[in-house]
Amino acid sequence: MSRFLTVNTMRTLLPALSLAAILAAIFYLQPRTMSYFGLNLLLNLAIPIALATIAQMFILCVNDLDLSLGAFVSLTACITATWLYDTPVLGVLALAGCVLAYAALGALIHLRNLPSIVVTLGMSFVWVGVAVLILPTPGGKAPEWIRALMTLKPALIPFPIIAAVVIAIIVHFGLMKSAAGVVLRGAGGNPLSVERAGWSLLRIKVTMYALSGFFGVLSGMALVGLTTSADANIAERYTLLSIAGAILGGSQFVGGRVSPIGAVIGAVTLLLTGSFLSFLRLNPDWQIGAQGAILILVLALRVLIDRSDKRS
Amino acid sequence: MRLIEKPWIWAWVGTISIWLVIASLSGVSAGTEVLTAAASFGTFFVLVAIGQMLVITLGPGNVDLSIPACMTLASTVAMKVMNGSEAMLIPGFLIVVAIGLAIGTLNFALIILLRIPPIIATLSSSFLYLSTAIWYNRGLRVKPPEALADFATGKIGVVPLLAIAVLVLTVIMHFVLHRTYFGRSILAIGQNPKAAHLAGVPVERTRFMTYVLCAVLAAICGYFLAGFSGGAALNMGEEYLLMSIAVVVIGGTSVAGGFANLPGLWGAALFMFLLVTMLNTLGLSAGYRLIFTGAIIVAVIAISGKKR
Repeated sequence: MSRFLTVNTMRTLLPALSLAAILAAIFYLQPRTMSYFGLNLLLNLAIPIALATIAQMFILCVNDLDLSLGAFVSLTACITATWLYDTPVLGVLALAGCVLAYAALGALIHLRNLPSIVVTLGMSFVWVGVAVLILPTPGGKAPEWIRALMTLKPALIPFPIIAAVVIAIIVHFGLMKSAAGVVLRGAGGNPLSVERAGWSLLRIKVTMYALSGFFGVLSGMALVGLTTSADANIAERYTLLSIAGAILGGSQFVGGRVSPIGAVIGAVTLLLTGSFLSFLRLNPDWQIGAQGAILILVLALRVLIDRSDKRS
Repeated sequence: MRLIEKPWIWAWVGTISIWLVIASLSGVSAGTEVLTAAASFGTFFVLVAIGQMLVITLGPGNVDLSIPACMTLASTVAMKVMNGSEAMLIPGFLIVVAIGLAIGTLNFALIILLRIPPIIATLSSSFLYLSTAIWYNRGLRVKPPEALADFATGKIGVVPLLAIAVLVLTVIMHFVLHRTYFGRSILAIGQNPKAAHLAGVPVERTRFMTYVLCAVLAAICGYFLAGFSGGAALNMGEEYLLMSIAVVVIGGTSVAGGFANLPGLWGAALFMFLLVTMLNTLGLSAGYRLIFTGAIIVAVIAISGKKR
């Protein structure tokens, strides 16, 4: 293998290559998507999904897993479409409360040494319950400024692409390049040594959960900006999508190994997979199955890359 | 060990206190009826939870998220093949077991070949199983053979037949877990996989058998649940994802692995059913019911958790 194509760069490039491959396939099947308007339509939902995937990634970073994210995003979408629209002050307070609730969850999980999977599974009931109370039937309205932001039509490059790049870069610099980010990720890599070095694991976990809650709130707001209304189960699929997206993007379950840029790419890839399958005119019965198969395929490719790493 | 120190005691204390609340609200005879219903539904929770418990006991990261899809696929295929004919009862059951075997094997193959965490492996594969079930029957509900429905809903006095069968299975599994080589291997791997390996425990073979057993039990649960509820439906497994995990954890099995117990499964399964019934009896709206269910699950886990 040449010097430029080392195993490490291949591992980093794999998410991007998967995205390029699926995009090329879509362009081939439906050349009309290769335009400003086409890309806009294709990538419309990328922003809320990318934000949710980033939220999941923060949890993965401290070796936990959030199985309530979809329910949480649904709840924040309901708050956005009701309270934030009717009485903005109450809406902002409620959304801030959601972030605080996530921070408290992080503290609870750390202090009582609880399994995040079970706690978040239980919390998913709570989130849906609150969402049903706020918005018993589908409806609500998107606040104008969110609607305006989500339907921006900048010159040359469609808004979803700009937004995805901005999200990826901000989180990349915040988590991967800053001093604080190193400590946060270190808590996933080797909690003991981070603690011995004088950092509070409790504070780290609370910070990560709060960040996750914050991006969950952003995801719900962005989603309402696109759909203009909400219901209590609007983002149910986001739990699985966010986990799959983060993993596709190169995040690992343990060791604080995550990649914000990869997460955004993974989320977009998964979203495009759905479009790709419908352009293929695949029997809709197999849509979910095909997404599972693609996930397995990418993971298999990663194993192949890792194996060649060991050999060399 | 004193009774109060048993890991399963809290699930039973919770069950009894909730039943007392229900009985005091709506009388003892209604309370008995609720208990019968709890035994009927709890039986299905216990059936999948036994498999999930063994998988979780293998250690951190081990959990089977494909249980709902496995139940759906197995019961869909079985109901369609049997097509309501009682002569096909045994072949139908064998098909269900075969599907369980295949799913368990495929799950473990993904885990071992792709070296991915079981959560992601079983999650991705569950998409495939669900798709297969949708494709196979397009979500149509086929009635179960009458004999199967009769058995699944049958009772001796106030005790459901199926509950007795699963109770016997629980006792057998208790013996398997604590007295056989296989069961003790699971516990040993959960406590320390390296030490277990060095002590000569066949780690991968035990894990393989555990995942297969979990899938087979889920498939069998789907078979009887379809008989119980008048046919297989695509969403029939939905609540069993949370239930299988919640019942295991509330029952006092260690999520970190290595320590399992079966009496807690029954306590936790009855607890979960009675909890929902109590919230219904109190006349709460759907939103509050969901909030209380979730909050109580989290509270129970938080109380039973160990302080760092």
